[in-house]
Parts: sequence; C-alpha cells; structure tokens
Amino acid sequence: MKERLEELKQEALTKIAEAGDTRQLQEVRVSYLGKKGPITEVLRGMGKLPKEERPVIGQLANEVREVISKELDTKQEQLEQKALEAQLAEESIDVTLPGYSQPTGGPHLLTKLIEDIEDLFIGMGFEVAEGPEVEQDYYNFEALNLPKGHPARDMQDSFYITEELLMRTHTSPVQARTMEKHEGRGPVKIICPGKVYRRDTDDATHSHQFTQIEGLYVDENVRMSDLKGVLNSFAKQVFGQNREIRLRPSFFPFTEPSVEMDISCKMCHGEGCSVCKHSGWIEILGAGMVHPNVLRMAGFDPEKYSGFAFGMGPERIAMLKYGIEDIRHFYTNDVRFLKQFHQA
Amino acid sequence: MLLSLNWLKQYVDLDDISPDDLAEKITKGGIEVDGVEKLGEGLKNIVVGYVKSCEQHPDADKLNVCQVDVGEEELQIICGAPNVAAGQKVVVAKPGARLPGGMKIKKTKLRGEVSNGMICSLQELGVEQKFVQKEFEDGIFVLPEDAETGSDAVDLLNLNDTILDLDITPNRADSFSMIGMAYEVAAILDKDLHLPDVKAERTDESAADYVQVKVEDPDLNPYYGAYVVKNIQIGPSPLWMRNRLIAAGIRPINNVVDITNYVLMEYGQPLHAFDLDRFNSSEVVVRRARKGETMTTLDGEERDLQEDHLLITNGKEGMALAGVMGGADSEVKDDTTTVLVEAAYFNPLTVRKSSKDHGLRSESSIRFERGVDPERVKEAGLRACQLMEQYAGGEVLSGIAEFDEQKIEQSIVEFDAETINSRLGTDISVDEMKHILHRLRFSFEEKDAHFTVYAPSRRGDIQIVEDMLEEIARIYGYDNLPYTLPEGASNAGGLTKKQKLKRSIHRYMQSAGLNEAMTYSLTREENTAKFMDQTIRAQEPKAVKLAMPMSEAHSHLRLSILPELLSSLQYNLARRQQDVALYELGAIYVNTEENLSKQPDEQLRLSAAITGTWVNQQWQKEVKAVDFYVLKGVAEGLLDTLHIQNASFEPLKMEEMHPGRTAAISVNGEHVGFIGQIHPAVQKEMDLTDTYVFDLDADRLLEITMENEESYEPIPRYPSVTQDLAFVVDEDTLARHMMDVIEQAGQPYLKDIQVFDIYQGEHMEEGKKSIAFNVRFQDPEATLKDEQVEKARKQIVDAVENSFQAELRG
Repeated sequence: MKERLEELKQEALTKIAEAGDTRQLQEVRVSYLGKKGPITEVLRGMGKLPKEERPVIGQLANEVREVISKELDTKQEQLEQKALEAQLAEESIDVTLPGYSQPTGGPHLLTKLIEDIEDLFIGMGFEVAEGPEVEQDYYNFEALNLPKGHPARDMQDSFYITEELLMRTHTSPVQARTMEKHEGRGPVKIICPGKVYRRDTDDATHSHQFTQIEGLYVDENVRMSDLKGVLNSFAKQVFGQNREIRLRPSFFPFTEPSVEMDISCKMCHGEGCSVCKHSGWIEILGAGMVHPNVLRMAGFDPEKYSGFAFGMGPERIAMLKYGIEDIRHFYTNDVRFLKQFHQA
Repeated sequence: MLLSLNWLKQYVDLDDISPDDLAEKITKGGIEVDGVEKLGEGLKNIVVGYVKSCEQHPDADKLNVCQVDVGEEELQIICGAPNVAAGQKVVVAKPGARLPGGMKIKKTKLRGEVSNGMICSLQELGVEQKFVQKEFEDGIFVLPEDAETGSDAVDLLNLNDTILDLDITPNRADSFSMIGMAYEVAAILDKDLHLPDVKAERTDESAADYVQVKVEDPDLNPYYGAYVVKNIQIGPSPLWMRNRLIAAGIRPINNVVDITNYVLMEYGQPLHAFDLDRFNSSEVVVRRARKGETMTTLDGEERDLQEDHLLITNGKEGMALAGVMGGADSEVKDDTTTVLVEAAYFNPLTVRKSSKDHGLRSESSIRFERGVDPERVKEAGLRACQLMEQYAGGEVLSGIAEFDEQKIEQSIVEFDAETINSRLGTDISVDEMKHILHRLRFSFEEKDAHFTVYAPSRRGDIQIVEDMLEEIARIYGYDNLPYTLPEGASNAGGLTKKQKLKRSIHRYMQSAGLNEAMTYSLTREENTAKFMDQTIRAQEPKAVKLAMPMSEAHSHLRLSILPELLSSLQYNLARRQQDVALYELGAIYVNTEENLSKQPDEQLRLSAAITGTWVNQQWQKEVKAVDFYVLKGVAEGLLDTLHIQNASFEPLKMEEMHPGRTAAISVNGEHVGFIGQIHPAVQKEMDLTDTYVFDLDADRLLEITMENEESYEPIPRYPSVTQDLAFVVDEDTLARHMMDVIEQAGQPYLKDIQVFDIYQGEHMEEGKKSIAFNVRFQDPEATLKDEQVEKARKQIVDAVENSFQAELRG
C-alpha cells in the first residue's frame, strides 16, 4: 500500500505539471482527491490492514493528499496568473492615439484679468461695486469735481444721449454713488469694474468701448503713503515680485494730489528699450487722494475723512502683459484669440 | 511744449546735469517728458564759409562753381541752390562731415568740376521744412554777415541743443513758458533763477497820444494794454532768436512778429502786433462780434462770427479775433513803421469758444484757454517793446494805453506741518517744508509750525490745502514717501451672492465648452429690433440713440446681445474658423419712454451662439454637428447649476428663428428666454452656417436662484425600482407633455423619468412614433412591494393611453 500511495503521488504530480489550463487542473483535482479517487480508495481499503499498520498508512495517505492538494493550489495560481497576463496582453491599446476631445471654453481675457484684480482687493477687505453704464451727467462729471463747462467734459469726447444722460466715460460714478449710499460714514472700500465708453474712432490703440477697474478707499486717517503701499502690493502681485513701481505727480479733477503709477519695464528692467520708449518705465494707472470737493459732494466731511482712489484699463494691462498689438482683438471675438487665454 | 535746454540755461544753471537726468527729474516733478531730442548729434566739420566767388558751371545750367573761404583754407564747392551768391556767409559741410540721416560728405566731381564739400540748407542740417524761413525754403541758408568765417556753424545755429517734449497737464498753465519752466526746474534742482531785466528807453510821446482803449465786456476781457513803438524797421530777427523759435517749433518771419512770438514762448503771454497805420483808427474797441459780422484773418480766411466771439476792433471793423488770430487788414508788413503791441488778458472760455468754432488752435489760444499769469501781462508787453527797440530799431512811447478792471485775488492757503505729515504719511520737518517753499518761490509765513502761503499769481492752481500737499510732496519726492498699508479697522470684503452666482454662470458656460465673448453695447439701429425676447418686446421698448454717434454701426444701445454676438460668429466663419461656441453675459438697455428722461433699465442677459461640429473624434469616426439638443443640454446644465427646477421648454414661433426648432424657456410658468436654431433665411442673410442660440433673462434667473432656499434631502436607504414603458403615439406628440402626465400619474412613488428611445420608421404605422421611458419608483420609508410598483405602472399606462390615444408596446 505504501508503494501504491507513493506511486499515486508521483502520478498526480506529473499530471499537475502537465496541466495546461485550469480546466485540466480541475480534472486532476477531481480524479485524485475526489470522493471516488484512488486515495479515498486506499483509505477505504485500510480495514483490511493489520491494526498496527493502519495509523502509518493513514498518516501517509493524508500526507500524499496534502502534497497533491498544495501542488494543485500552486499550479492553480500559476495558471490564473498566466491567463491574466494573456488577457492583459490581448487588451493592449495604442496609448499614443489622441483621447476623446471634450469641448472646452474659457473666460474672456478681460474678465479673467478683472476677476484676478477683484480677488486681490477682496483679499484686502474690498467689496465689488457696480453701477449703470448709462449714467447721469451729475454722477459722471459733476459729483467728481468736473462742473459744467470744464474742458475735460467736452461733448465731443463723450457719447451723450440727452443733455443729462450719457454713456459713462469711466467707472468713477460708481464711486460717487457708493459714497452717497454710505451717508457720510466710512470706511468705504470698493473696487468698481465695468464697461465704459468714449467718443473715439476704433483703431489699434483706441476703442469706443473698453473696460476700467477703479478702486476707492475712504476712511479716517487714510494717508498718501497707504496709496503707495497698496499700489505696490497690487503691482507686484499682478506683474511680478521683481517689478518696481514709481509714482509721478499728475492731474485729475477728482483727486488732489494726483499721481500716475509706472512699473519698471519687464523687457529691459529699467535700462530703457523700445517697449518703454527708452524710459525704463511703463505707465499703468492713475490715482490720487480723493479731492475734498468729491468727498463733500458725496456727503463726507473732508476734515474727518480722507481717501485714495485709483483707476486702470484692463485692456492696457493685458496688452502690456501679453504683448497684444491691437485693442480691437478684445471685441472681435476671434476664437483663435479667445482660446489663447483659457489658462491665463 | 518743446523746451530748448540751451534757452533754459539762460535762466537756470544746468552745467552739472545731463539732459536725460534732467528729463527724468522733470517727469518725477509732475511734468511728463515725452521725448528727449538731441539735435545735431554727430554733426561735425560744419563751418561758416564766405562765398568769395560764384560762377556758373561750364557744363550745367543749374549748377554754380563757388570758391568758399572756410577759414584755414579755400574750397571749391559746386552748389545747385538758386539763391547762392558771392559775398554770402553760408554753412559749409566740409569733406568728412556727417549730416543728419547719415549722409557723409566726400570730395567729389560734378560734371567734371571738383566739389570739396556742400553748402547746406537748414533742411539738410535737420531742421523741419515747416520751420524754415520762407526765403530760405528752396535754397541754402544765408547767415548774417557778422558770422565769423571758419567758426563752428553747429553752435552758431543752435544745433547743439537738446529739446524736451513736455506733456503739460491742464492744471499747470504756469509751465507753458520758458520762464515758467525755469521756475519749475529751479525748484526741482534747488538752484538760483535768473530772469530777464525788462526795461526800455521811453520817448517823450506817450502811447495814450496815439490810442485809446475801450472794452465793452470786461468779463471777457478784464485787462487790455496797448504799447506803441514807432520808427520800426522790419527785417530779419537776430539769428539767436530765430534759432530759439525754431527750437520751440515756430517759423521765423520778421523781427516784429518773431519778437511777439519770442515773448509768447518766454513768458507764456500771447501778444499781438498791429500795424498802427493800417489799424485806421486811434481807438481800440474790444467787443463781442455782431450777428452776421465777418472778418478776414491773417491766413486769408473770411470768418463768420457769432456773438460769443470776442473781437478787437478799430471802432468799426474787426482787426483781430481776440486771443486767437490777427486780422489781415492790420497785419505787420515789410513797410510797417508804427506798431501797436497788444498785451491782454482774455477770458479762457471765450478764447476756447472762438478757437474751437474756427478750428484755430494756436500757441496763443492754448495759453489763453489755460489762463495766463494776470500779473505778468504788462511786463511781457514791455519785454516785447524792449526787444523791438534792440532788434527792430524801434522807439518805445512812454506809458501804456489801457483798460484795467482785472481783479487779482490773492490765494492764501493755511496749514499745519502736522496736517501735511499725517496726510502724506511722512515725517517732514518744518525746516524742510520751509526750504521746499523757498525752492518753489512761494511767499509764506510760518509760526509754530503753522504756515500761511501766499500763492503766486502764476500758480492759479494753488487754492486749497490739498494743492499744497501736492506741492510739498512732489518737491520732497513721491519716491521718498514711505510704503504703508491702511491702518483702519479690517473688514472681510468679498462678493455679493449675485456676484458669486454671476461667476458661477461664467464657470459653467466655460466648462460646458463655450468661450466668453465681449461685443459692443452700441449697435446698428436695425439690430435693435432683432432677436428681441418676448418679455422685452412686451414692454414696447424704444431703442436709445446716441446724440452724436461716431458711426452708424455703433449708434444705438442694444436690446439683445445676439445680433452682435452673431456678427462675431460670422467674423470667425469668414476666417475659416467653422466650429465656434460663444456666449456673453451682459446688459441690454430697455427704455420705454418716447423722450428719454431717465436712465434705461439695464437688464442682464445671457446669450449663447454655437455653430459647426460639437464632437469631433476623428480617428474614432465620431463627428457630431451642433444641434438643438446640444445647446438645450447646455441650457439645462446651466439651470441645474443655478439649482433651478421646474423649467420647461415649449415650442415657440419667433420671427428670426426656425419655426420648428425653437422653444420658449420658462420656470414655474414664467418666461425666462428662448432657445433654437436661427431661421435658415436669416442664417443665409447673415452668412452663417446652421447656428443655434439661446437668450436668457439672467437677472430673473439669478433672482429665482436667490429666492430658492438651499435644502438637503437624506440619501435614500431603500432601493428603487425601475420600469421601462414604450408607447406608440402620433408623431407630433410632445415628450414633455407625456412626461408631465406620467409624473402626475406615477405619484407618490415616482422619482424620475428618462426618455431612452425614440423610434419611427419600419414596422411603425405612418405618422406614428414610439417613445420609450425609463421610470424609477422609490419609497423613502420602505422597500417597495411588487403590488405597489404594479399599481403605479398601471396608473401611468392608463393615463398616457387616455391622454394621447397612445398604445403600450408589447
């Protein structure tokens, strides 16, 4: 019997080794370890053995059974692994072919730029204020220290609709309106983006419609050095940490003192090149301390309150930042233009 | 204004500063320098020559062979200028010279005769044609006889000058003159100032013996002064004066005219010289022009005048348009001997009106418009007399005939040093402030850090403390202000709910595959009637027209975004961009008044337009053109993003839209916009391919979103059951209507309905279609029993069959 068991073991191991797939292996399992298999048969015939041999043969039979079973499991795993490998090889694709293209859209460069600037000032505690594009003469001019007859408010330069109504020429009327709503109490911290209109003939550098973004900060003890500090952090965040700013005295009817802010030229780092017209500086925005007449007209006491205001043109900033050569690109909506700024 | 540094040096020492550094300092002081032009850079070997002889070239009619003494040597030069002659002092470019524009002078032969250089015109030396005296326009420039032969002509002609191009802001009228800029530069550089010493010998006769002045309208002309200079000899002005005028951008004419222009540039005070003999009267009357009156100005134009134009008359006729241009009748000519020098202050507004109405913007009118220094009017007049005495042989009559009702108000500004520092954020000492005021040459008193400043009359812009803040800050240097951040209470800031939602709309539209466009708000008149949504049309809007549009293309305010958005689409198609998906979120301007008395209602609309292919998977052979359902999917996704339920789409007929492919969009029964294909005829007219658009009332959608309470529904714990139901119905039965019926009939467990198949064609009766729904039931409280589902299903089938004569398919 001992020999028979040894024989069975060898026979089974050979068949396991020969099995080419899991089905054949299953046959081997059934034929050797099944209820009608030879090992079971051996165990069944043990009754005929002398009493003292039974445990020995029994143990041996169990050992054989275990060896076969273990080998079957090992082989099973190998075969499954092989089958999986075959399947994976079968499923290989050309990963270099293009994927399913998804329609992608994006923001208009001006919207993106305006939102970025809004977010920057929101971070400094500003709110975004909006107002009508068709504006009253009072808010567009008079409330901003531009009384009737002032040379800067020539009919020729603005799109008037009636004597009293016009397309706003800047977003400053929103400042006047917001201050009025505050009824003489600060702080007022707003950023006013929007469309504005001037009576210009459209060409590469002029557009009868463009955008503006202005800011206003009115509170007690607002200093001119605060304006400088705020503009400096604005310029560094929008144009890069390595850019310097320069303030120059200028003139606007609604601010006094008035300033223009330049940033150091990106191209030549202040050395002078054709981009900055050899000055090393590029003009970015106008700003100043709110004129006491403007404060007074909006109901603020200029003895108690002071403030600063600034305004800039997103078109100009975009043109400088990206080297865009024609302002009309912003309004013709050529998709080859629009699509370039999806990630901008 | 053009600022000659050689001229400026007469008043302020500029020896230790380069032109570029000076330009930067002036810019930082508040007067922007737009350009720095270095004249005659690289010019050399250009000297004064004496033409000893001048003979016609043997082989060329138009050429002359000249022997020219240039100091150390004598050169033979061939010259083609018609005005060259023996005995002239001329400008010679010797061999080796370089001229502006890179021309190099070499020894050469012209028709067999040697030419050792060139006799130059001013243009060849870089002077613009329009600044060259008429007599030298077509030939060489002839120097005065006293020019030293062999000396450097570059210096003599002031071609070693540097010219700064200044951009002067409207508040700084004071800087519009050489003396004004001298004050400015002396302040910026902290230097001494040397002003001209103005005096003239006066005769026994007095000006009042020759003329009397009457002013009818003192508001328009508060001061008028008339000096008289007699025995004038008209001739060229001195070379140095001509050089300076050219540097300032003015063409020299003759000594009298040049002198008035010179003083204009020097003082910023426009003057006018009348030929007193031609003036034809001993009376100067300043009055408003009369209706229908005309006058011929110096340029030969006959001008139609109006009552708001101020005239200088001889008591009868106009002799000059005040502050703008002289008249032809009293013009100074070669035979003029007696001159009336007008020095006046004209009201800026009247000059602006005249200059604008007549299209005459001159160096004079610009200065009157900005306001001249009322205290320097007389001095400027006398300065001209002094120069006429020196350079035109004139004798200046004593006194001045004048009208004077000018009230010069002294502007006094008081402030504490502390106010200045707290407003600027600085720590400037009282001594430094005093020093700054000295540099500005402002009179002031200071006691215990309290300043009283008496602003000079040339600085009419100094009125309030803030003006002094600027003066002190700009001389102190904006560069020297510290960087600080506001110290006020910090607050959160941020966007309003509506602003956030607007950004959500943008993000959604972009992720849905559309590009944001920005079109013009101003459009053609005919566009204002197109694609108008029914809720807008119902308000019977009147399109708003600009009073003075720049073009017909942008004359009216839009009442729909679509016309301009479609133009953008067409723009792309015309440039071979076939797949275009654009949207715009912007205002339309709704006015319902016949005569606009208030601002139109600005309503926010969201418009989209798509054309071309939507899906294009080339190698997978899957190409899908845009269609109604593509854009409807975008619209539905948008409503979903805005948490708007209960939206429905119903067929709509609209003029510009495809009658069978257009829907009205409503939310809870309220119309909020439309969607569909552009009518093929309109597409053709606009050169568009198949285009789908929607136009939504964004204001209303945002309101609905904001009205909605945000709510939470627990995740269901019990499974749902789905059933498929296919019905055969008439082909024009609307899916939405069937779904409405199913939804009603399927209560209370019906959760969701989807259309999963539409079939028409083979095995289907003509005029019928099969429409299949996937219906999902769920009970949030328990697992549904089969009987419950069966009951709901039966209710649905019955309802659909009854409502639509439908038949359930096997």
